Amino acid sequence: MKQSTSSDALLVSAYMKGNESALAELVTRHKQRIFSFIYSKVYDRDIAEDIFQDTFIKVIKTLKRGAYNEEGKFLPWVMRISHNLVIDHFRRNNRMPKFANNTDFNIFSVLSDSTLNIERQIIKGQVEDDVRRLIEELPDDQKEVLMMRIYKDLSFKEISEQTGVSINTALGRMRYALINLRKVIEKHNIILTN
Amino acid sequence: MQKSYLKNSRMDSVTNNMVPKEETIRFILDYSSALSVIDYKMMKFEALLN
Repeated sequence: MKQSTSSDALLVSAYMKGNESALAELVTRHKQRIFSFIYSKVYDRDIAEDIFQDTFIKVIKTLKRGAYNEEGKFLPWVMRISHNLVIDHFRRNNRMPKFANNTDFNIFSVLSDSTLNIERQIIKGQVEDDVRRLIEELPDDQKEVLMMRIYKDLSFKEISEQTGVSINTALGRMRYALINLRKVIEKHNIILTN
Repeated sequence: MQKSYLKNSRMDSVTNNMVPKEETIRFILDYSSALSVIDYKMMKFEALLN
């Protein structure tokens, strides 16, 4: 009861001495005026919330650092901080104009995030593991050609040089490797899609 | 008539009863409780203790 009748200066002083409830009282006392002021400038509730929060973060830091010296003028000081933050907000928005979606056009219909989410990353890893295990089951000559072509990205000419077989043999081994992989996949109903 | 022309329609949407969300207030008060400023040789360090 005593606190609610205390002046702002007394509450500020108490807060600077470590009384956290004094800040709660100050916020409760002035939140409506400060928030309405910010909202009247930005006309966006979320932005107003952010600026209100940033205002008090600045207030808290200044008071805790003992750098406040405007005793008795707490509200005008806080309003000035919020005013400066509103100006910062508009400056930032001018540099980086905000695109607001409307009902006719949604920017996300043309922009998409091509990176995989965690679930898809896991599925991709599992599919790659399955493919690797299937490749391990192939006969060695087919496996060798497939690994060189797909994983090492060698041309069939390079494969034929490295394995000492003709290009046609290398092509044939690759063909049989793929046929065999398809057979195993179909036989066991293995799903290899993400 | 004069009143309706003089009235700023944008200002109508700003009521004087606007207040921040409760979670915003809670965040501010929690931030304040967690923040401590440490003085060390003319320097001040901020520490957030959760």
